[in-house]
Amino acid sequence: MAEQAGSIGPLAWCLRHAFSWLLVRPVVLIGLGLNVRHRERLPKDGPAILVANHNSHLDTLVLMTLLPVGLLPRVRPVAAADYFLANPLLAWFSTTVIGIIPVHRRGGSSAEHDPLAGAARALEADNVILLFPEGTRGNPEEMARFKSGVAHLAKRYPEVPVVPVFLHGLGKTLPRGAFIPVPFFVDVVVGEPLHGKDDHQAFIDELSGRIKALDGEIQQPEWI
Amino acid sequence: MSTVIDRLHPNLLMGLGGIFVILIAATVVVWLIRKAKPGVDLGDVPARIRSWWLMVVIFTTAMVLDRRVSLAFFGFVSFLALKEYLSLIPTRRADRSVLLWAYLAIPVQYLWVGLEWYGMFIIWIPVYMFLFLPMRMVLIGITEGFLRAAGTLQWGLMATVFSISHVAFLLVLPSAVNPNGGGPALVLYLVFLTQFNDVAQFLWGKSLGRHKVVPTVSPGKTVEGLLGGLGTTVVLAVVLAPYLTPFTRGWAICAGVIIGLSGFIGDIVISALKRDLGVKDSGDLLPGHGGILDRIDSLTYTAPLFFHFVYYLAV
Repeated sequence: MAEQAGSIGPLAWCLRHAFSWLLVRPVVLIGLGLNVRHRERLPKDGPAILVANHNSHLDTLVLMTLLPVGLLPRVRPVAAADYFLANPLLAWFSTTVIGIIPVHRRGGSSAEHDPLAGAARALEADNVILLFPEGTRGNPEEMARFKSGVAHLAKRYPEVPVVPVFLHGLGKTLPRGAFIPVPFFVDVVVGEPLHGKDDHQAFIDELSGRIKALDGEIQQPEWI
Repeated sequence: MSTVIDRLHPNLLMGLGGIFVILIAATVVVWLIRKAKPGVDLGDVPARIRSWWLMVVIFTTAMVLDRRVSLAFFGFVSFLALKEYLSLIPTRRADRSVLLWAYLAIPVQYLWVGLEWYGMFIIWIPVYMFLFLPMRMVLIGITEGFLRAAGTLQWGLMATVFSISHVAFLLVLPSAVNPNGGGPALVLYLVFLTQFNDVAQFLWGKSLGRHKVVPTVSPGKTVEGLLGGLGTTVVLAVVLAPYLTPFTRGWAICAGVIIGLSGFIGDIVISALKRDLGVKDSGDLLPGHGGILDRIDSLTYTAPLFFHFVYYLAV
């Protein structure tokens, strides 16, 4: 496991840029279109943790598009190992092209294996981590309870900013179970960064509270 | 490049060049004001001008390149406008696939334009889509909110796709219709006068506006702005007509009145829509202007009316 989290090989570098410019950016910027509020609050460099509500696979792609292009090789979405490492092809694509940090959602945490080790290594290499603390995409345009992993990570690295982001519209575009995206403009609201503290529950409450508050900043049409 | 330039009528090139001259002048004036009075607050005017630059450069590029590029450009404008509309209005989660069908109506509509198939162009959305989309909704089987969903979707398609595609059909009219630059010159005439009318009504309203026209819909609109803008647009319509259109002076006055009045109506119709939905701007695609619907609101009315005016006169 002598994986160097900070630097990626030239092949991965090329693939990641090609994927971003040929697919992700056209889909996100032209097919969907972003209305971004408080863009200036986004981190300009790593290490940083971006935390967002999760409704669609496209969430990750939108967050990747928001960050400066130069950071692309150092953007690392935290993603469920059981889903994204399910078969060798998807595993190769997820780890090499997207650059995910796989975590085991349940069961797989034996005492000696630290589920946050990959994320910790990435932060130490000045990477930007993308995290969805709901742990699942859930029902479209609804927010589930946050899991505590992000609180542990933030406490371990109290100097790393945790930037809350609220995403709206992607659950309509590509909800769980759908295969063809339907274009909708996406609202992105970036919140003020916060930092880790000793009390995990207090941190989680503050973080989810801030994302809910961002939710209130934008007008959202009814979706029945 | 020379072949592209040769293909275009000199009057069209002069017209496009003229727009750049106006933009350069506006940019210089803003720069001079800032230089003379540093720290002066110009509101969103500089942002508006920057967005105008972007729109004019894209529009010019689309117009001088291949005809297919021009049609793709107008199709893309329809796509952006429909997407903005569908993102603003309440929709039903059951209707995801129906919305996808509505999007697919766009390339088909512009295909009819490219084929110059007028009969199909004029009924595709008002007849076929009008019948097809509610059928898809019914087959999904949810009746709650059905009328609102079917009604709002059709209205959006009419405003953003059907209306705007009239600009594109103007483009493909036979060159015999207009010896002064053909379809492209008519498009330039329509789009320029429509946008100019917006600016003129805004400026007249700002300087002389006293009596509100429709205070409950758009409090900023005044009788003085409407009449001043209309008069200015009619004058300009008459001045430009000999260079870009086949119109006599009388017909040019009619064209100016059509564009000036219906542009105002298009503007307040989209204002009413936004007020109903409780939003100020339709989006933030164009800094200083708002969204794409905020920019093409007048065109949703002027395009079909001006098109049928030309079509009645000339075809």
